[in-house]
Amino acid sequence: MTSSRPALRVCGLTKSFIVHAQGDLALPVLRDVALSVSPGECLALVGPSGAGKSTLLRSLYGNYRADGGSIRVRQDEAWTELVGAEPRTVLDVRHRTMGFVSQFLRVIPRVSAVDVVAEPLRRRGSEPAEARRRAEFLLAMLGIPARLWSLPPATFSGGEQQRVNIARSLIVDYPILLLDEPTASLDAANRDGVVELIRQRRDAGAAIVGIFHDTGVRDAVATRVHEVLPPAQPAGVSPGVAA
Amino acid sequence: MRGPLLSACGVTKRFGGRIACRDVSFDLWPGEVLGIVGESGSGKTTLLNCLAGRLAPDGGSVTYETLSAGIVDVHHLSEARRRLLARTEWGFVNQDARDGLRMGVSAGANIGERLMAVGARHYGEIRREAIDWMTRVEIDADRLDDRPTTYSGGMRQRLQIARNLVSKPRLVFMDEPTGGLDVSVQARILDLLRGLVEGLHLSAVLVTHDLGVARLLTHRLMVMQGGMVVEQGLTDQVLDDPQHAYTQMLVASILPV
Repeated sequence: MTSSRPALRVCGLTKSFIVHAQGDLALPVLRDVALSVSPGECLALVGPSGAGKSTLLRSLYGNYRADGGSIRVRQDEAWTELVGAEPRTVLDVRHRTMGFVSQFLRVIPRVSAVDVVAEPLRRRGSEPAEARRRAEFLLAMLGIPARLWSLPPATFSGGEQQRVNIARSLIVDYPILLLDEPTASLDAANRDGVVELIRQRRDAGAAIVGIFHDTGVRDAVATRVHEVLPPAQPAGVSPGVAA
Repeated sequence: MRGPLLSACGVTKRFGGRIACRDVSFDLWPGEVLGIVGESGSGKTTLLNCLAGRLAPDGGSVTYETLSAGIVDVHHLSEARRRLLARTEWGFVNQDARDGLRMGVSAGANIGERLMAVGARHYGEIRREAIDWMTRVEIDADRLDDRPTTYSGGMRQRLQIARNLVSKPRLVFMDEPTGGLDVSVQARILDLLRGLVEGLHLSAVLVTHDLGVARLLTHRLMVMQGGMVVEQGLTDQVLDDPQHAYTQMLVASILPV
């Protein structure tokens, strides 16, 4: 399924945090990161805790601001550069091309689980009834009991909230998916459901970058791994690890 | 591609020797919701009033692309044309609903008045539309003939929103729309605003000191300190990876719940 033309291409990506309250303390995290992901590939980011895997993923989504380098996304048969892009460019890429599954659901007061899930599809102009049907399908597939669908997820368990979050991020067929520990707080049965969904997306041609601490999950979904090195070490000296 | 809906260029406003806002420039694109955040006294409301034509800046310009007459300089319009613009293509939601409603007339009249300003004349139609909007902002239709003086704070705010949106504006200015309300009432109004902004594809400029409100409602943020914009960008990026010392301090000051 791997096509030769990448969907996401990163080079020279650099990111540090400057903490002004600590006397402008500089914490370098990413230095000269390069990677490229094609449709049908799932790239697993590996590396010790604190190496910057989440920072890398969030930088790809534009949630963290890169200091330099290039993050290019294939959209409308052309490359769109995200480093230094206008907010509306990043929002357009998020709207149409790139989805993100975070570990935690940001709860919206008073909005029911099914509407939380359906929202990204509605925003893209789908019929509300159709968006709702698809949301219910995903919630059922992820094992959220139907009696919870009309309730706001604020009171749900951590695992339930995470599955609502996954459903929300997967309701649109994004060509690029970024996954930050999508199975972190799930039991075995629910984890398998999520793994199956990710594999389906990958095999349907999504380009995926993810962090999977569970090696079983990683082996089940990843086609390659990319090692993220702690900032103290010089970049580019570690041999790539093949999946 | 169309151009920006609203553009500020070097907007500066002084009160006596004190500078309330200095050299603010940005473009607001159709469908965008821009948040202006900062502490009290940072110049947010002054800037909003300059943008909405309510206060003349001492320097700089504000331009707006009208539906029918192309791009206009908001502060070079005649008073009459500016008022017409404010009643037809724009909305303004005040923090205190009493400033945005006519307290002496019924809720229905408050909504109907805006419709008449854009040319509605048929009484039955106006009443029907007013009832429809009362329902959309979750106020019982049987309160239509009551004056807003008999309404609670949260109901008044929802009525003010209905009055502003009934005439289908393209651009809405909001000054702390949930300020001074109980959190449960706040949540209801935020949910309502969120749905309306998205459903009507509105553009908006929202002033708030509440970063939670900004995260929920806005696409982009400008952070103001001492009358200057110290940082701007995508809302979640500014809040999750703040660059400027002042923004870092603001974000770090949020009490976790």
